[in-house]
Amino acid sequence: MSEPARTLHPALAVSEGAPANLTIAGVRALDPVAGIDQVCDLVVRDGVVSSLAEPGSGAAPDSGEVVDGSGRVAVPAFVDPHVHLRTPGREDEEDIESGTRAAAAGGFCCVVAMANTDPVVDSPELLSALRRRADREARVQVGFAAAVTVGQRGDRLTDTTLLADAGAVCFSDDGLPVRSARVMRQALQCQRLHGLPLVLHEEDPDLSGEGAMHEGTVSVRLGVAGIPWASEAVMAARDVLLAELEDGRIHLQHVSSARTLAIVEWARARGVAVTCEVTPHHLLLCDEDVAGLDTARKMNPPLRSAGDRTALREALRSGLIDCIATDHAPHAQEEKEAPFEEAPMGTTGLETAFAALYTDLVVPGELSLATLVEKLTAGASVLGFERPSLKPGSVANLCLVDLDKEWTVGENGFESRSANNAFLGRRLRGKVLLTTSAGAVVWRDRSILMREVAA
Amino acid sequence: MSARHLLAIGDLGREGIERILARAESFAEVAGRPIKKVPTLRGRTVINLFMEPSTRTQSSFELAAKRLSADVVTVKAQGSSVEKGESFKDTVLTLSAYDPSAIVVRAPHAGAAALVARWSRASVINAGDGKHEHPTQALLDLFTLRRRLGRLDGLRVWIIGDVAHSRVARSGIVALRTMGCEVTVCGPPTLVPRAIAELGCSVRYDLAGVERADVIYALRVQRERIAGIVAPSLREYVERWQIDGRRLRPGQVVMHPGPVNRGVELASEVCDSPQSLIVDQVEAGVAVRMAVLYELLAGAGGDGARTPAVSEQEAPQPA
Repeated sequence: MSEPARTLHPALAVSEGAPANLTIAGVRALDPVAGIDQVCDLVVRDGVVSSLAEPGSGAAPDSGEVVDGSGRVAVPAFVDPHVHLRTPGREDEEDIESGTRAAAAGGFCCVVAMANTDPVVDSPELLSALRRRADREARVQVGFAAAVTVGQRGDRLTDTTLLADAGAVCFSDDGLPVRSARVMRQALQCQRLHGLPLVLHEEDPDLSGEGAMHEGTVSVRLGVAGIPWASEAVMAARDVLLAELEDGRIHLQHVSSARTLAIVEWARARGVAVTCEVTPHHLLLCDEDVAGLDTARKMNPPLRSAGDRTALREALRSGLIDCIATDHAPHAQEEKEAPFEEAPMGTTGLETAFAALYTDLVVPGELSLATLVEKLTAGASVLGFERPSLKPGSVANLCLVDLDKEWTVGENGFESRSANNAFLGRRLRGKVLLTTSAGAVVWRDRSILMREVAA
Repeated sequence: MSARHLLAIGDLGREGIERILARAESFAEVAGRPIKKVPTLRGRTVINLFMEPSTRTQSSFELAAKRLSADVVTVKAQGSSVEKGESFKDTVLTLSAYDPSAIVVRAPHAGAAALVARWSRASVINAGDGKHEHPTQALLDLFTLRRRLGRLDGLRVWIIGDVAHSRVARSGIVALRTMGCEVTVCGPPTLVPRAIAELGCSVRYDLAGVERADVIYALRVQRERIAGIVAPSLREYVERWQIDGRRLRPGQVVMHPGPVNRGVELASEVCDSPQSLIVDQVEAGVAVRMAVLYELLAGAGGDGARTPAVSEQEAPQPA
């Protein structure tokens, strides 16, 4: 048998794991992109999906395990184009091992780590070192973004082709916008050389000012300085116009406002190559949820108005929003245990993304399970990777979910090193029981029962 | 007051406000005595935690607690462990270890008092958290107004100045609306957010109609904010929004939370006119804060398990 391909993309690292041999018996296999929705025995042999066999056909691998899939659903594992692994520099908050363990626990087979670390990932040497470290430590496939500008200072481009050669999967100054329009234009021009997407945090820092939450009735009531929707929208408008000018490809991160969506729609109609993502917290929460000044719900962009949230949900359904990204942003407890205006921005999200969205959107019938799965895997396409699939012959990048299992966020702690989760304490439905990445089992819930199959 | 803390004026409701105002009347009578002290909180400790500079609120709370015979400790950010980098939480935990009955909190951040309430067993009084709330200021303003005008229901109140950055305005609007006043806020658009109307007031950007107000409540306009280009020039502010002798009508009263920038939001002659209630507000502050401490520590909201019984003779009753 030929060696199974290990990665979604050559630039994605993953630590060694034994290729999986397992059968998920009597499971509902759901892969909306491949058109699969059937109850079957899903057989993984040597880390590759080998068949979707008739239930009970006994199509077990030569050796390995059988997992009871009845009443459960197997889906392509999720891909998150936007996480923060805090390595290097803030390993007290997260590192590659803990962050990717959290990813695996949440059903993700692949994550892309942003470059706003300390130091910033703006040199090929640092990028290569990180990739070597991921080779040793990562539980799931990890891609690394390289900074658009040196030190993310916004005024001078990094060595984009050298960084691309060193394995960057995209360029992003996430955490900060590219302040200079001239530099953004140059970055789009350099895209002709390396072809990698520019992944953009859209914000006008002058408009955001000292803002700590969405500017609206809640911020006025609380007396907390607000960040207006225009802070995001004006920068998005600038960048889609520049992308049009240079015929470039851009991806807008964590869109939060209805006006930004209108700009994306307008740009698409003009043929601009722009994609965008939304986070679970922007889909499920709004500024009213910050009325208690819970610092776990302080993030950037901030939770917007209920109207914006409605627009985001509609755009997710209509396809205007391409994918869901968690913007998993771990922070130290002592930093979040501070007055709201002083606390850092960001919430973790890898371990709760699926369940939170399933509970609040799929269970009430607002979104189909198929669309949710499609949007949680589409991050791969956005960054130019092959999507995880359940099609026979595909490398096993899948997860097994119990849709009926209820659990309370944080009750058993987190795999992430940080606990600043916006859904902390909430009762959710849907639990990831098992995840494979690049053909290896990388996560299994303690509750999952397996039995070994004799060779 | 049924709650253990006073974090926001909205927590009180009309009944709670009425009770504190009534209690404050009796404490105001104490202030008129030669010996201005009652034994109500003898043996109790009140900690004033002031994380930002304050003169009148701090001294007012100190006097209030002392007149109730409590032991008072005032901790300021300047010169304390906070300056050495101690976190807010650790400062609160340290002070809580002294097992105070109450902690009075002034802090530069919204929600700070609520955090103290979460981290401490003490009753917490919000003495101003960022631009969010200043409930005892609202109570003393109501007290002052009712004493002078004899009623609150139906009063037309204009709040003029830097509403955007004012905790006094936020608590004040809610308190005045709760007590049946009609509230208009006014100032340059850079200092008056449109969404403030959500609190139940009307919004105006000029003084047209101010002559019909019963109460003109001027807010401090910080010179540095004007310099920071969030408002028009000082000259323009004075020209368009200052209350001077020509704008003040007979029968109107003028209030200000202090400290006043004489010649900016109020002309000097207005500050010193008999229509000004500015000094009355300061005086009312002590009685109102005594009433709040009493209600939280010894009254209906007091924690019985930790509160020695207070005889009715010890505590002055509402008139």
